Amino acid sequence: MTTLNPDQINVILATDCGSTTTKAILIEKIDGQYRQTHRGEAPTTVEQPVADVTAGVINAATEVGELAGRRLVNEQGQIIRPAKPASGGQPPEGCDIYISTSSAGGGLQMLVTGVVREMTAASAKRAALGAGAIVMDTIASNDRRKPHEQIQRIRELRPDMILMSGGTDGGTIEHVVEIAELIAPAKPQPRFGTGYRMPVIYAGNKEAAKFVAETFDDSVDLTVVENIRPVLERENLGPARDQIHDVFLEHVMAHAPGYDKLIDWTDAPIMPTPGAVGDILQQIAKARGINVVGVDIGGATTDVFSVFDGPEGEPVFNRTVSANLGMSYSISNVCAEAGMPSVLRWVHFDMDERELRNRVKNKMIRPTTIPQTLEALVFEQAVSREALRLAYIQHREFATTLKGVQQQRTVGDTFSQQKSGQSIVDNMKLDLLVASGGVLSHAPRMEQTASMLIDAFEPEGVTELAKDSIFMMPHLGVLASVHSRAALEVFEKDCLIYLGTCVAAKGRTKPGKQCFSYEISGSTLNERGEMSFGDVRLFPLGLGETARITVEPARGFDVGGGPGKRVEREVRGGTVGLILDARGRPLILPEDRAECRRTVKEWSESLRLYEGSGSPRRR
Amino acid sequence: MATAYTPGLQVTDCMRYRARRVLPIAGDVLVAVGDRVGARDVVAKTELPGDATPINLANQLSLMPADVPECMLKQEGDRVEVGDVLARTKGIFGMFKAEYVSKVSGVIESVSHVTGQVIIRGESIPVEVRAFAAGEVVEVMPGEGVIVEADVSFVQGIFGIGGEAFGPIVMACQDHTQEFSADLIRDDMRGAIVIGGARMPGETIRRAIDFGVAAVISGGMDDSDLKDVLGYDLGVAVTGTERIGITVIITEGFGEIAMAQKTFALLASRAGAEAAVNGATQIRAGVLRPEIVIPVDAGTTDTSTHASTGTHIASVLEPGTSVRIIRDPYFGVIGTVAGLPSEPMVLGSGSKARVLEVACESGEKLTVPRANVEIIGG
Repeated sequence: MTTLNPDQINVILATDCGSTTTKAILIEKIDGQYRQTHRGEAPTTVEQPVADVTAGVINAATEVGELAGRRLVNEQGQIIRPAKPASGGQPPEGCDIYISTSSAGGGLQMLVTGVVREMTAASAKRAALGAGAIVMDTIASNDRRKPHEQIQRIRELRPDMILMSGGTDGGTIEHVVEIAELIAPAKPQPRFGTGYRMPVIYAGNKEAAKFVAETFDDSVDLTVVENIRPVLERENLGPARDQIHDVFLEHVMAHAPGYDKLIDWTDAPIMPTPGAVGDILQQIAKARGINVVGVDIGGATTDVFSVFDGPEGEPVFNRTVSANLGMSYSISNVCAEAGMPSVLRWVHFDMDERELRNRVKNKMIRPTTIPQTLEALVFEQAVSREALRLAYIQHREFATTLKGVQQQRTVGDTFSQQKSGQSIVDNMKLDLLVASGGVLSHAPRMEQTASMLIDAFEPEGVTELAKDSIFMMPHLGVLASVHSRAALEVFEKDCLIYLGTCVAAKGRTKPGKQCFSYEISGSTLNERGEMSFGDVRLFPLGLGETARITVEPARGFDVGGGPGKRVEREVRGGTVGLILDARGRPLILPEDRAECRRTVKEWSESLRLYEGSGSPRRR
Repeated sequence: MATAYTPGLQVTDCMRYRARRVLPIAGDVLVAVGDRVGARDVVAKTELPGDATPINLANQLSLMPADVPECMLKQEGDRVEVGDVLARTKGIFGMFKAEYVSKVSGVIESVSHVTGQVIIRGESIPVEVRAFAAGEVVEVMPGEGVIVEADVSFVQGIFGIGGEAFGPIVMACQDHTQEFSADLIRDDMRGAIVIGGARMPGETIRRAIDFGVAAVISGGMDDSDLKDVLGYDLGVAVTGTERIGITVIITEGFGEIAMAQKTFALLASRAGAEAAVNGATQIRAGVLRPEIVIPVDAGTTDTSTHASTGTHIASVLEPGTSVRIIRDPYFGVIGTVAGLPSEPMVLGSGSKARVLEVACESGEKLTVPRANVEIIGG
């Protein structure tokens, strides 16, 4: 890997090797500003018959090069570096740095262990998820399984690596070694390759490390890093996370076809795709001083990322992967978990349940099909609301303050006592909600994207909504590790498409009663009026436009200033506009099916969700 | 004229099938390159380590963990039977001794002085891998398994449950559009691979299980019937390990749908032949579809033009190609490609997508997204 002065980096090539598609983007410095200029994609070539990931990378890079009029790949099939301007009638060629992320072959799959499920095991899970892994299972002394069941489970799994935690420094040794004694006899087999030993990272009580080492034979490759939870009051996720990335590169990636070459090509370590997304969201939250939630809904899984202020005011990052909530491979599971009535409450017309169940299964077994009719689209978007809602519930339950921390309280805390382990995800404090993934990114109308986000996440107060234009966040996440300025500039200018702002009141009352009054003033939008409970309204406020809004909530409603308190804020426009939401929080739909259909129809008309859709026509 | 690529399921009367048969962990390969094997022959076997049972003797005998090793009456590597005394405390002045009697049999794998825990490893679990396809061993991977090649008639299903099954092909339906009703299951179908036509109700599967049928194969089934048969709502299409007493394969999809005529005709032409089927389906990266493999007698068919590995293939979509529409509102409709407009079109959903025109068997012409068709035939 070469080291370059960031000021001399003018052309950046970045790829994301997904399970099915390798996506390449080109970033160029134009008039002193970094901009994403071209993109290309090609099928990923990890599996037979090619079995070499670099073939897909070269194809995607070639496509980008052709679109950009820049030769990026030489005759030997290698990426040209450094960048050179056009000369002597020859087009410009090469790039200054090349970086990549990867989730091919199912990404990084891990097993984590700890002593207490809610404490050290939760910390280990946070470290693994933050590093971009899918956590296959969490083994803990108190996970309610008998030891032989835990051993059986470890035997069944074939993770890429195991992260062990347990005990504070100077704390329990016995319980930590007991967990090692579950792993050792299970003799877990790594997922890829039979020729290497199962990597185990130990990040627990440092005094137990030598006993843990004695427990394992040479069938595992044990590395010891700093304790993930040295004291109950503090997590120390960094060293474990770094070690996960190292093992990911040295063991997992090195055994995937072609990755040894790709590792040599890149100018920064290859990152697991979700880890890179988490990094860029953390950077943006830090740079703007805001709380952010990001979601990526795929065919099989849904990732939720959040950065919220922790108890001490410091930004805390969390990521969850809902392994079986997705829009194609996992669509049937969403319907099973949520229940068909919960899905159908978002549909404003009648559908036959037997036929729907068959349609869902047909989508599961042929995951690449797309909705042709409006009816099919409405149903898929209903499923997505439930998938996102369930994924967000899981995220809120996971993203908590540290459990098991003793709190010192004074008399003044009598009426505001909070237990440890409270969720730090607070929708009222949420400033920006970012969407990515097919069903959100490729919705025919961006109003539909905004509506799915609001219905599933139920933001409160004032929240900006945006979508990742071409799922560029992974590329920018890894770019941030080598050139954070370039990553942030591209993120703001080219990655995010702002949909607009949602202003929503928390609280509930009877339908038709006043919820809040509002006054909006801006260069293109000047409105005032009242919102009754149950109303939702869309105002035009375009991309790049802002307006000032004053909201006067009725008694019992809160839009960020406290119950009944007036709020005045500047709001950002977007491709959708400004949405005032007086449907209440929590958002509850009528139980009666006919009334529910009528209500949802009114909402979809107010937000102009399906305007202009109808019979097939040629544009 | 424009062309496009789309996935299709393989249905072919004769091809060279290559079966990679490997053990889950290293073991013994029982055959050599050049050996002829039957579908049910065991080609490799191994023994999985037995179940490990941890016993915390420190807790059981109220000892400090460090004192456990010296109280052990059996040592690491020793065999233990149910009822054997595993450890005995020294007691107080030789009195009040406590002992632990083993509730499991096996071999002592470890005794920990840190936790006071003893691990007893149970009997190893034998694992055998069968050839699956009757043919010739063409490659041996020492310690891992073999590759068997055979000339076969081959059909990929779209979805299945249950693992590998073997038996003769028996036709239950008269044609591909006939519903595979329960009354078509007969007593003489025990151990057979029974072929239906259109939708297969849950009652048919239950009756087939009662009659000892090895596998049932038909065009479609209702999701509600699948739920009834499995006893739970299947969330993701990763199957093959179900233990319901039968292997079930559908060739087209869920709902009222007939088996493709070509598939039905091929299976009917091989009635009476010994076949191997596998319902295992995995619709993730590295897609796996259910398979129906029927060996063809060597020398009876020219296989040179059908060399294939039996995997999911992509084929060229061009005017005249036979396709099936695989998404509502035209799910199951069969026709031929009549046109491939290059410009994307706005669909009824409002999305913009590349489409194709399908001339249906009914004479109607439909416009559908290219993503919503699959090529039929092999």
